[in-house]
Amino acid sequence: MPTLSERILTGGAGEYVDREVDRAYVHDGTGVLTYETFRALGVTEVSHPSRAYVLFDHIVPANNSTTADLQHELRNFASSSGLQFSDIGGGICHQLMGEGIALPGEIIAGADSHTCTLGAFGAFSTGVGATDMAAIFASGMTWFRIPATIGLVLSGSLSGGAEAKDLALTYVARLGMDGATYHALEFIGEGISSLSMDSRMTICSLSVETGAKTGMFYADEVTRAYLQSYGHETAVQDPPDCAYSQEYTFDLEAIEPVIAVPPRVDTIRPVDEMAGIPLDQVFVGTCTNGRYEDLFRFSSIVRGKKVKIRTIIGPASRKVLCKAAETGVLSDLITAGCTVLPPGCGPCLGAHMGVIGEGEVCLSTSNRNFRNRMGVGGEIYLSSVATAAASALKGEITVPGGVV
Amino acid sequence: MKIEGHAVCLPADIDTDQIIAGRYLRTKDRSIWRRHVFEDLDPDLADKLDEAVIVAGKNFGCGSSREQAPVALKEAGVRAIVAPSFARIFFRNAINIGLPLAEVEIPCSEGDMVEIDLTAGLITVSGISRDIRPLSPRMLQMLAAGGLVSHWRQER
Repeated sequence: MPTLSERILTGGAGEYVDREVDRAYVHDGTGVLTYETFRALGVTEVSHPSRAYVLFDHIVPANNSTTADLQHELRNFASSSGLQFSDIGGGICHQLMGEGIALPGEIIAGADSHTCTLGAFGAFSTGVGATDMAAIFASGMTWFRIPATIGLVLSGSLSGGAEAKDLALTYVARLGMDGATYHALEFIGEGISSLSMDSRMTICSLSVETGAKTGMFYADEVTRAYLQSYGHETAVQDPPDCAYSQEYTFDLEAIEPVIAVPPRVDTIRPVDEMAGIPLDQVFVGTCTNGRYEDLFRFSSIVRGKKVKIRTIIGPASRKVLCKAAETGVLSDLITAGCTVLPPGCGPCLGAHMGVIGEGEVCLSTSNRNFRNRMGVGGEIYLSSVATAAASALKGEITVPGGVV
Repeated sequence: MKIEGHAVCLPADIDTDQIIAGRYLRTKDRSIWRRHVFEDLDPDLADKLDEAVIVAGKNFGCGSSREQAPVALKEAGVRAIVAPSFARIFFRNAINIGLPLAEVEIPCSEGDMVEIDLTAGLITVSGISRDIRPLSPRMLQMLAAGGLVSHWRQER
């Protein structure tokens, strides 16, 4: 039987196929090069404007006049081409696509490596560069080499201080930074039913850190109920019945809080081994951990207390921020001393708001701790939200649940 | 399609942040990318890339989808990149902008002459030849045309 990628791309692993793309999106970081390349193709109209999205999230609001000019051009392109558009403050592209747009069985291309986040919906969703995206805008199509698939079999449910991010960092470490290059990942097993859509997006967003084209969950009752809340009536996908090129098993009960040590995402240590490392900044947000579930968890730990170091919160979308405002989570965060950014990518890529200085150390819930990424000479440790919250209160890496 | 150049050797897992840092992306001025390529890895490296073939360890180009990474390398004069494996988005981006890649592991020292015959699927360094993993016919056509844009315009 075929894998989920093979079902959606309709072909066997290793085959080259040309396929229509159901949804294609760029952000302000990749959109300009896409639009310039689109012009160079000599094409005047976007083939399917209703399937093409421009979503501002990387440097929002603009930080200087160069960025402002580039964003102005991109806005004009989106508007004159009739594309779907979200301006500053709307949120992170992957999150917006995950708020009732991406659907099971779709083929989705995004000009950003973390497009794999939407595999959480049972879509084949993968990152491409600007030139590929320009060709997709022009023709509505792209080519794929259908990937072989690695199965990650989950059992049990997360317990103690562990959360979806700890599972994500743990599987990245097991597979390694290139353990799934040219492959897709499928998360299967009875353990998946306990994972919310927010958690599934966290888990899928890190799949590219193993080199994978995408990481996917089969659409089930959890997916169906989530999409129903956005007005979509969708079917569940037939459960997996296929052979994988490799299989890894994960007992969720045994997942413990971990930290990815700079400069690699695949080098993890239990948090208790790293406890006591002094921090300068904590950042909670991004397409990996900026959803309501994450903000709620963070606020429930810091509520009524004060963070000891500068702590930056980046809600993943306006919807997330609004919900946090309605439920009191936002007020708890601000009262605890956190700085709340407009919805977007924040300092994850070191270009804007929250860049760290030489010799500084940041504990971040984001997805990459590459050398100098958040600022030249700075170091990034990656963790779950609960670990970040406990650490923000003490000003050093701290085991979650251990804060009195 | 034949390429030759002097080898510049790099380790495994070179990520796109190391190729061109996020702080240099917000521009259309390609000379900025050329000047700052590999800046955080080795500030002197940019000046050694003209007419070079990069010979790197596995998983070259991992990380972000930023196409500015292969563009920066091409602007700096890199003629091809050789590695046992590439991150897949970087792989597509490089072919799309007409920067040849050769997927193969081959012993190499800094400054060695590297000869690549993409059509024959062969690489030669210091008298040692290896087969490279074949590129699809479409990728070869795109490289021969100088990238996706020229290939597209030729086809239409």
